[in-house]
Amino acid sequence: MTREHFDRELNELRANTLALGSEVEQNIGKVSDALIRHNAVMAQRLIDFDERINTQRIEIMMSCLVLIATQQPMAKDMRFIATVIETVGELERIHDYVKGIAKTSLEIGSEMEMLPSFKEDFSRMAEITQDMLNKAMTAFSELDALLAKSLAHWDNQVDYLFNKLYIEIVNYASSSPDNIAHANQLEWTIHNMERGADRVVNICEWVVYMVTGVYAEFESEYDEFESPPAGRVNSENIT
Amino acid sequence: MNDFNLSSNGHLAIEAKDLSCYYGDFRAVKNVDLDIKQHAITALIGPSGCGKSTVLRAFNRMNDLIPVAHAEGEILFHGANIYAEGVDPVEIRRRIGMVFQKPNPFPKSIYDNVAWGAKINGFKGSKQEMDQLVEESLRDAAIWDEVKDKLDQSGLSLSGGQQQRLCIARTIAVKPEIILMDEPASALDPISTLRIEELIQELKKNYTIVIVTHNMQQAARASDFTAFFNMDNDRAGYLVEYNVTQTIFTSPAKELTDQYITGRFG
Repeated sequence: MTREHFDRELNELRANTLALGSEVEQNIGKVSDALIRHNAVMAQRLIDFDERINTQRIEIMMSCLVLIATQQPMAKDMRFIATVIETVGELERIHDYVKGIAKTSLEIGSEMEMLPSFKEDFSRMAEITQDMLNKAMTAFSELDALLAKSLAHWDNQVDYLFNKLYIEIVNYASSSPDNIAHANQLEWTIHNMERGADRVVNICEWVVYMVTGVYAEFESEYDEFESPPAGRVNSENIT
Repeated sequence: MNDFNLSSNGHLAIEAKDLSCYYGDFRAVKNVDLDIKQHAITALIGPSGCGKSTVLRAFNRMNDLIPVAHAEGEILFHGANIYAEGVDPVEIRRRIGMVFQKPNPFPKSIYDNVAWGAKINGFKGSKQEMDQLVEESLRDAAIWDEVKDKLDQSGLSLSGGQQQRLCIARTIAVKPEIILMDEPASALDPISTLRIEELIQELKKNYTIVIVTHNMQQAARASDFTAFFNMDNDRAGYLVEYNVTQTIFTSPAKELTDQYITGRFG
């Protein structure tokens, strides 16, 4: 092969991006757990860990810039590097949301009660988002544009659960002024998780660009939530 | 007699139709269909031996100077085939000029290098008008400020980059419509190369440029359209892909193009 050195650099870039994605994916699950179970130790760990995510993102970006300057990547190489730059940026922002949920978790503490359905629905949001990110990184690794496109549908489920919880939180806040502060905290957590899922969709859009050379924002095929795809989501609990 | 003053298309400078080029019995280029857009820069790229320089030279019948060379198919210039019976190749080469890889100024003064072409092509103006033509040509070639005080010095006294710009001025002086450039910067240092590329961007306002280059980054930087040629198993060059430069270098349609421009072959 005429560009062995360059190919090694690209492979290293891919591996580092996947590693970063894996860390963020795991932490989505951990922060959900920390919030639901009032695990302050885990929440603090996730807050402290965010600095490492930021550092890794910058390191990967710098590697990309060096490759651009020294190797003049074209076509699929150029699209791959552009996608890496965008992806690590999105991963860093997703982890910012993880950190935000962790902080809120510390504020809420263990004294306050969650809304009756909050634990189950928020866990499901996190589960879906975690799954989405797992599959998005698989699509990135395996150049699977179809898999990337399919995840827009999963985002609809997260949006559905967000809307459901939002209404419940508003009603909760309306029921008593004493509930407003707590309701505000809960609203921030669902907002952050919903935005995290949106960021995963952004990654998928770039994966499609990387594979096809065409960038377009995904349009949802669903006006209303329909049955969820196969996966860890229990479809019987979605109405 | 062919009339090259009528344009049948309005926006195409050259149309190659099923062009094949031969050196004796050897077919060096086969079945090329290529439309060169007016007032644009078109780069011809491809590995060594793929026929890109042959195609370039076919555009102004420079291949005629090789005794065993001949072309089949058509090259339309203003809608008329330049290979048709009765066409004057010298007139074609005045209107479709060429700049070569190695700068080749005449062993004459800078002034005479530029004036010579106009004179042998029938320039009938006054000395003052010739002075004006020389100055305009040297300005358009972005070298006037460097040589205006030494026009009587030999063109060979200039640096490589300056000599190449002098050759471009010489080409411009005969008022061509199209300028063909065969690796015009490959013998130059990086700074001179970038100056030539900047000059080409200015020239396209008034001329159509077709450039052969081995430097893919140059093609990506400096051209509007790119045609990628490759050599087939029968050793004949053929056109693989032709598109807007931005598309060729970001999302080429053909896998072979992608492999070439990413340096995976060639």
